[in-house]
Amino acid sequence: MNVLDVRRLSTAYQNKVVLDSLSFSVRKGTLTGIIGPNGAGKSTMLKTLLGLQPKLQGEVEFFGKKLETEKKRIGYVPQRGAVDWDFPTNVLDVVMMGLYGQIGWLRIPGKQHRQKAMEALDKVAMTDYATRQISQLSGGQQQRVFLARALVQQADLYFMDEPFAGVDAKTEQTIMSVLHELKEQGHTVLVVHHDLQTVPRYFDQVLLMNKKLIAHGPTEKVFTTDYLSKTYGGAIQWLEGGFNGRHPVKQ
Amino acid sequence: MSYTGWILLTASLVGISCGIIGVLLILRRMAMMADAISHTVLLGIVIAFMISESLQGTGMLIGAMLAGLLTTWIVQWFQSKGLQSDAAIGVVFTTLFSIGVILIATSVGNVHLDVNHALMGEISFVPWNLIDVPLVGEVPLAVVLLVTVTALVLMVILLFYKEWKITTFDPALAASFGIPVLVMHYLFMSMVSITTVAAFDAVGAIMVVAMLITPAASANLWTDRLWLMFVLSASFGMGSSILGYVIAIWLNTSISGSMAFATGLIFLFSYVFAPRYGRIAVLKKKRETI
Repeated sequence: MNVLDVRRLSTAYQNKVVLDSLSFSVRKGTLTGIIGPNGAGKSTMLKTLLGLQPKLQGEVEFFGKKLETEKKRIGYVPQRGAVDWDFPTNVLDVVMMGLYGQIGWLRIPGKQHRQKAMEALDKVAMTDYATRQISQLSGGQQQRVFLARALVQQADLYFMDEPFAGVDAKTEQTIMSVLHELKEQGHTVLVVHHDLQTVPRYFDQVLLMNKKLIAHGPTEKVFTTDYLSKTYGGAIQWLEGGFNGRHPVKQ
Repeated sequence: MSYTGWILLTASLVGISCGIIGVLLILRRMAMMADAISHTVLLGIVIAFMISESLQGTGMLIGAMLAGLLTTWIVQWFQSKGLQSDAAIGVVFTTLFSIGVILIATSVGNVHLDVNHALMGEISFVPWNLIDVPLVGEVPLAVVLLVTVTALVLMVILLFYKEWKITTFDPALAASFGIPVLVMHYLFMSMVSITTVAAFDAVGAIMVVAMLITPAASANLWTDRLWLMFVLSASFGMGSSILGYVIAIWLNTSISGSMAFATGLIFLFSYVFAPRYGRIAVLKKKRETI
């Protein structure tokens, strides 16, 4: 079953094409890494899919329906740098924000919401930090708070923008185990990812893009030197050395 | 109530309403927009006066709100076309403000509305412009206006407290929930506009910026909790209004000027002595880590 269908999605920013007619489908229960060079339009694609940025043309369907009716089933983890970490609030409060969509207008968060948030914090090993002011967290801790905030939404489909960027080893492990747990429970996750070396270990599906879709499919079929050099152009040279010119997955 | 009583009440209401609005202005990094709107509401007031021939409440509020929304909309339009955000704000508000100034001089002149008054306000006239309120008796128009606006602002902030929080902290997440981020942006700008215009009579367009921004910036140094920041900011606003009045009487000088000066004093004190983010605390911490 497809949870996401994208057909000929294009978008532009001030007359420059950022996404050029992307078409792909994502199956339920997959863990997909979205890979491409800087400026390939990865974050833009997420935002466009979620309707946070206007599209030029194309159709997007979630669970076979329009975005508007399915918003509650979709979770989004923006880049860590997208928010102001000096905002006067604590960890628990940020995680509870993940429930604001469900709580709805004119209602205040209650005990059961606090409990859900605490459970999510437990999954990312951040319970001890619940009352900590968010500006006092390390980068990795901030990322785990963001992840907990996504978990409380209990969405069926998650989009995460560079959750692994600049985090410590412990955070990396936590995120990975949470992602695999989500996958096992039948959730679908799409992750914008930067570090090519970890791709085969992390994801079972890979989507390679550079404004256009280069390739999309199971990691062992798509994450090849051939497709990668198509994605990165000349910049892929270092990989040849790094992987001794061999198939990176077979390493 | 005595003459001084009315003035202190007016000043306190200005401090409270501006203090509350200021918190969101600071956290949304929109201090410059407050500066812009505090000037362009003049155009709204002038046009409202030309249409209704009066300076009474409702017309003025609506005029100010429309001017505020117009400013917000034009600034956003320029930004979306690629103009730098600070340049867009600077261009739009000076232009709209100058149209207001020209209209005052050419079309409205000779009435209560004059440029000096619009810029500096004159709180000492407030107790003389009375209207009859049922059950309460004679109350200065400015006080009626300020009570209404403060109540409205409080209500809108409290009713949508968690929506304000999330659209300020993480607008992308809010939008992904289907919370109308842009509508809330315009609603907020409308509140800035009506708060500005209500404070206009008392402190004028320039001083209102001080009342909007400085108490909130001070409160931000004292706390890590949003609700407490609202409470502190409103208290600082009220405190500096009263302190300003005392200074003005003592030095026999401009009341609105002294009030703005008092906000600066409170900020300076906070900047040096605030427990965690004050200069002393920061330097101490630095020394400990070395």
